[in-house]
Amino acid sequence: MRKIIQPCGLHCMKVQHLGVTIGTQEILTDINLHIHCGTLNAVIGKNGAGKSTLVRAMLGELPYTGSIEFKDCEDGRLQKLKIGYVPQAVNIEKHTPVSVYDLIASYQSRFPVCLHKRKRLYASIKESLKLFEADAFIDKQVCNLSGGELQRVLLSLAVMDEPNLLLLDEPVSGIDQNGMELFYELMDYLKQNFDLAVILISHDLDYVAKYADWVILLDKTVLKQGAVKDVYKSPEFGRVFGETEVRV
Amino acid sequence: MTMFFTEWMQYGFMRSAFAAVLLITPLFGILGTMIVERKMAFFSDALGHSALTGIAVGVVLGVSDTNVSMLLFAIVFALLLNMLAGRGMAANDTLISVFSSFSIALGLVILSKGGNFSQYSSLLVGDILSISKKELFYLAAILVVTLAFWAACFNSLSAVSIHRTLAKSRRIPAAFMENLFAVLTALIVTVSIKWVGILIINALLILPAAASRNISQNLREYHFFSILFSMFSGIFGLLVSYFINAATGPVIVIFASVIYFITYSYGSRIQ
Repeated sequence: MRKIIQPCGLHCMKVQHLGVTIGTQEILTDINLHIHCGTLNAVIGKNGAGKSTLVRAMLGELPYTGSIEFKDCEDGRLQKLKIGYVPQAVNIEKHTPVSVYDLIASYQSRFPVCLHKRKRLYASIKESLKLFEADAFIDKQVCNLSGGELQRVLLSLAVMDEPNLLLLDEPVSGIDQNGMELFYELMDYLKQNFDLAVILISHDLDYVAKYADWVILLDKTVLKQGAVKDVYKSPEFGRVFGETEVRV
Repeated sequence: MTMFFTEWMQYGFMRSAFAAVLLITPLFGILGTMIVERKMAFFSDALGHSALTGIAVGVVLGVSDTNVSMLLFAIVFALLLNMLAGRGMAANDTLISVFSSFSIALGLVILSKGGNFSQYSSLLVGDILSISKKELFYLAAILVVTLAFWAACFNSLSAVSIHRTLAKSRRIPAAFMENLFAVLTALIVTVSIKWVGILIINALLILPAAASRNISQNLREYHFFSILFSMFSGIFGLLVSYFINAATGPVIVIFASVIYFITYSYGSRIQ
């Protein structure tokens, strides 16, 4: 049984005049975004362009100016935005006694994980892991998973809460070419089968060209946004990435 | 033979000490898991050292019950450290070291003024045999508080330790949880320091959990073995110290250390 909800295309998220200043340093200024459900939005930019700051502001971890709204476009009703966040990695070293069940249950349930395994919770976690072909890992220690396996576990955790927006950093370490392909296929699957929008911080221009619906070129502010072709052929893109050859 | 094992039970002080061990060791076993997991070993050590300063501050201010000043000082100390660590101006261990040295130096200066330090030296090693009925009651109360805290907050705390931003994205109050845990640690360290001693209290907090970590694969095993190792070393440490007539705390630490070494070599073989 797989949870399939067709994206309705009617929800959207509006970021208006978002700015972040840390100390006296202005890191982001006047960011305007319009994100629709059922789309994969890639944020690209050089190191230090403020990509992770944007993520942290959206998560509410950093104070920001401007507004982030989530709307039902049909009747314009404001709703509470539920964000599923997928970090690049978690702070778990070798030999840490935390299993995949423990990891997910810590975030998903209030019943103390250290007491005993709850059958119903276990089943629902397994169900969610199955979506990403990760159900075999449920009793494995998190520290023994590979980068790609961990990513799938974190994705399962993120969608368990049925978020409207999935916010994630593209995995950079511990994933081979094959794993990257799989990761982007998963993103594609997610945006088609869940009622959510995906915002992906990406470092790989080729994959973005292949999979993204909307590209946001960031450098302190939004330099250029639009469909892949429009952004990649723009002078702004050339200025940021030089004469990088990307087939569009 | 039975005489040999029951003889110590005739003494009231041994019965109280035994009860104290039964209360303190599971407490340390539970708390230690999170301290080890959050890499707060140095933090709890500094809290232990701050006890001296808390007493000194109480003496200077003329407080009748220095336990109160010790407790308040430890809580302020813990919250202050948490706040400064959150600012990220200096590495955590550096900050703790600076605060810990300053606080212990201040405590020693005040308490040793006029050559009176010897009356406080018992705090260094601790004496579980001197525990009173009323103090046993305090320990039981703290055990109950800890269990309640664990039941209500364990998942959130675990979520915050695994990934702070991820926890915050799930609307878990990360800073509040961290401060609450720091206060609870301060509470437990200061309440038990008199019977366990400043020098070894941290060993009792860290060793059972660290040993358990060597052989556990999930959080349930981690807690179970930590409590088991803690209680085992506590009970046998008390009995052995009685028979060889040595200070109890250090004997318990030796038991816990031996368990650590055994689990370490076992753990490195199975992984």
